[in-house]
Amino acid sequence: MELFKWLNDQLLRMDWLAWLVRVLLEDGFGLDMTSRIGASLHFFIYDVIKIFILLAVLIFSISWVQSYFPPERTRRILGGMSGFKAKLTGALLGTITPFCSCSSIPLFIGFTSSGLPLGVTFAFLISSPLVDLASVILLASIFNWSIAIAYVLIGLVLAVLGGTLIGRAKMERYVEAFVMHNPVLDIPQAELTRRDRAEFAWAQVSDIFRRVWLYVLIGVGIGAAIHNWIPADWIEALLGQDNWWSVPLATLVGVPMYADIFGTLPIAEALVAKGIGLGTALAFMMAVTALSLPSLIMLKKVVKAPLLALFFGIVAVGIVLIGYLFNAFTYLFI
Amino acid sequence: MIIKILGSGCKKCITLSENTQAALANLGREAQVIKVTDFAEIAAHGVMSTPALAIDDKVVSVGKVLTVGEVEKLLNA
Repeated sequence: MELFKWLNDQLLRMDWLAWLVRVLLEDGFGLDMTSRIGASLHFFIYDVIKIFILLAVLIFSISWVQSYFPPERTRRILGGMSGFKAKLTGALLGTITPFCSCSSIPLFIGFTSSGLPLGVTFAFLISSPLVDLASVILLASIFNWSIAIAYVLIGLVLAVLGGTLIGRAKMERYVEAFVMHNPVLDIPQAELTRRDRAEFAWAQVSDIFRRVWLYVLIGVGIGAAIHNWIPADWIEALLGQDNWWSVPLATLVGVPMYADIFGTLPIAEALVAKGIGLGTALAFMMAVTALSLPSLIMLKKVVKAPLLALFFGIVAVGIVLIGYLFNAFTYLFI
Repeated sequence: MIIKILGSGCKKCITLSENTQAALANLGREAQVIKVTDFAEIAAHGVMSTPALAIDDKVVSVGKVLTVGEVEKLLNA
């Protein structure tokens, strides 16, 4: 247990890095860590480096796993299942396919035209941006393991329930006609060598890095500002746990934002440190990652308004409920 | 011969298109290379992961930036 704690503190929370940045700022620049500037610089430098290290390591390993599950294979696996099992598997497969909203449309079309039920496709679509393995490790690094695991479980529940409800609603007629009846391509896929997988994983890392580095800097910047410059009672007044509307407000603010979980976590971290509810912070994070204007606009091209509204409604309500749940049971996690 | 590069216009698709041009030049073959970026048309080919390569409307590769050598092999197949 001691060893696990040590590994956790050094590898995941990177206590060595916090120490190193502090020494650098104190001895190198003579900054006082209790001053505002010192503390926010420390937060910024430490968090940026930590997130970039974790991002590189995590994306690499996840892409390695992902190289075993190209969309064509995912579709084959899901095609052989039905009912609850198919939705659960869809949600689980969603966790190992971190895709950006740009690839969700071909996936949606590919899944639907091969005859996968809408419920299964949406279980996959909800879980995919919301829960991925990288976010789990990052949550464990910034908060702790029980929060990370609870987040995954509840994200999967939301995906399966959301998928089931959408499946029940019989909304097939609200899918644009051109989505159906496309050929299902089944070309044999070349067996990948270890080198292919490493190359693929490395390409993913650089690809995602280029896409998110700015969001990470902005996210950590906002986090550092919240952490040291915005008075706690302002945040408390706006998003405090006593206000019933704090969770819906956090969700509403999160929706139009388009960022990646890597950029959102430092904001959530700073908010929680300022005393807002864990559930409120998680609701904000989930709203940013699972629902964003660009991905909704993309989806609008393949589904008609009623189905889009149902998808949005279910996910938004789900996020709010999860926020309240986490707020009510925070004492179990911290 | 008509060769289609299917993809949303990302960097990978551009690389694939360049590699295809190089492969054609190496083999001394002529072909019309078309970039397909409209996702409805991409989907109509049954493609889920881009970039994909289609030779005379037959999809021969998906989700991979093929090297020049790999495209040559496919052209000769």
